Amino acid sequence: MIRFDNVNKWYGQYHALVNVSETIAKGEVVVVCGPSGSGKSTLIRTINRLEPIDSGRILFENEDIHRRGLDINLFRSHIGFVFQQFNLFPHLTALQNCTIAPMHLKRVGKKEAHERALALLDRVGLAHKAHALPSELSGGQQQRVAIARALTMQPPVMLFDEPTSALDPEMVGEVLHVMKSLARDGMTMVVVTHEMGFAREVTDRVLFMDQGEILERGTPDAFFGRPEHPRARQFLSDIRISAVAA
Amino acid sequence: MTLSDVISTYWLYFLIGRFPQGPLGGLALTLVLATLGLMLALPVGLLLGLARVSPWRALRWPITALIFVVRGTPLLMVVFWAYFFLPGVTGIQTGQFPTMLMALVLFDSCYLAEIVRAGILGLPRGQGESARSLGLSWLATMRLVILPQALRHMLPSLVNQFISTIKETSLGYIIGLGEVSFVATQINTQVFIYPTAIYLILGLTYFVLCFSLSRFAFWLERRSTRQSARNASALVTT
Repeated sequence: MIRFDNVNKWYGQYHALVNVSETIAKGEVVVVCGPSGSGKSTLIRTINRLEPIDSGRILFENEDIHRRGLDINLFRSHIGFVFQQFNLFPHLTALQNCTIAPMHLKRVGKKEAHERALALLDRVGLAHKAHALPSELSGGQQQRVAIARALTMQPPVMLFDEPTSALDPEMVGEVLHVMKSLARDGMTMVVVTHEMGFAREVTDRVLFMDQGEILERGTPDAFFGRPEHPRARQFLSDIRISAVAA
Repeated sequence: MTLSDVISTYWLYFLIGRFPQGPLGGLALTLVLATLGLMLALPVGLLLGLARVSPWRALRWPITALIFVVRGTPLLMVVFWAYFFLPGVTGIQTGQFPTMLMALVLFDSCYLAEIVRAGILGLPRGQGESARSLGLSWLATMRLVILPQALRHMLPSLVNQFISTIKETSLGYIIGLGEVSFVATQINTQVFIYPTAIYLILGLTYFVLCFSLSRFAFWLERRSTRQSARNASALVTT
């Protein structure tokens, strides 16, 4: 469904993505992890062209998404993206955050957009907060609204860029819970995260990145149990130590 | 001739010029000029500001150049050019009022454009990114997500610029436009013995205009804050 073909990206002299090749199948849930600055956020942001690439190709259902002349807005509406910082629109209510894209892009009526948005808010457990502004919601609630908003265009793929990293620890669970239920429903997902519990429980594959390269790929059991690359081993022991310290 | 004689003789001239026998002038003309200037400069400034941050180079570069030129030039020069130079090129002699209005709109819209640009760039990057990720076009992102937030932040700077506009209308004097500064000078030339009093009254007139506008803006700002607070508390209680 998503295929990286020898993708390279530079920030000036800095080689941010190094010969990345990878295929993500329909219905797969893939976790991307690695130390900060390893290029995992850059990688996920190239999938909906928030970041341009310098060489190689990224195919989405056999279409080169970085080619000129692609209808980028139409393409992006097929991909849900969830940000670390939620990025809800603060001047709109939770419900309006979820109706803005369908009403503007699909030209569905207000009533229909409202009903669908309410159903999605209900799915993330926040139907009762439909008329709240983002500033009146907790971080966990905001991120759940952001997930609902990303689902409003009914995308076949969802991308998550460190969705729980900006949350207080007690709110991480509610967001992961929503993501797990999406995964169980068969959504294709690419998730940049350090949440090992999530990775073990619902993920089909783990990709480990460092210095712009995918160094290791495998099932969660293989990756967490028998990491092969020394840097992967180092990374895993580092996050275990910090998990114990917390 | 006492000062009260001067006032009773000239107050109507000060307020409306030679109207209705002659053209409208005085304070009324100043108000008309300032109001039209603001009403035209705001939408033009909004468009120029959007062009300044737009992803299209063919639009961004010429507009950026225009703004740099205008910002590097005194308004007086713009007025001179518009009045003395432009008719020589186009062969059409424009009147004083349209000339002054054009110069004001050109000048102020360039300053407003920079306020708009700052307001847009002052928002977190994630706002635009998340709107684009949903599939909204650049223009829809600006209209539905960025500008509603940015305009609220821009309000104090906008008011500042509007106050400037009111004061800038006085430069109409230089091309003989009969606005309130011109009229005050005329009165002073005829009366001759009360320059301090006449220019004090002129100064007070500008002050009252600008001060009322800034109070109005302050009231507007407070009202919008109160309203959003009320909306918020209504939501919490229901």
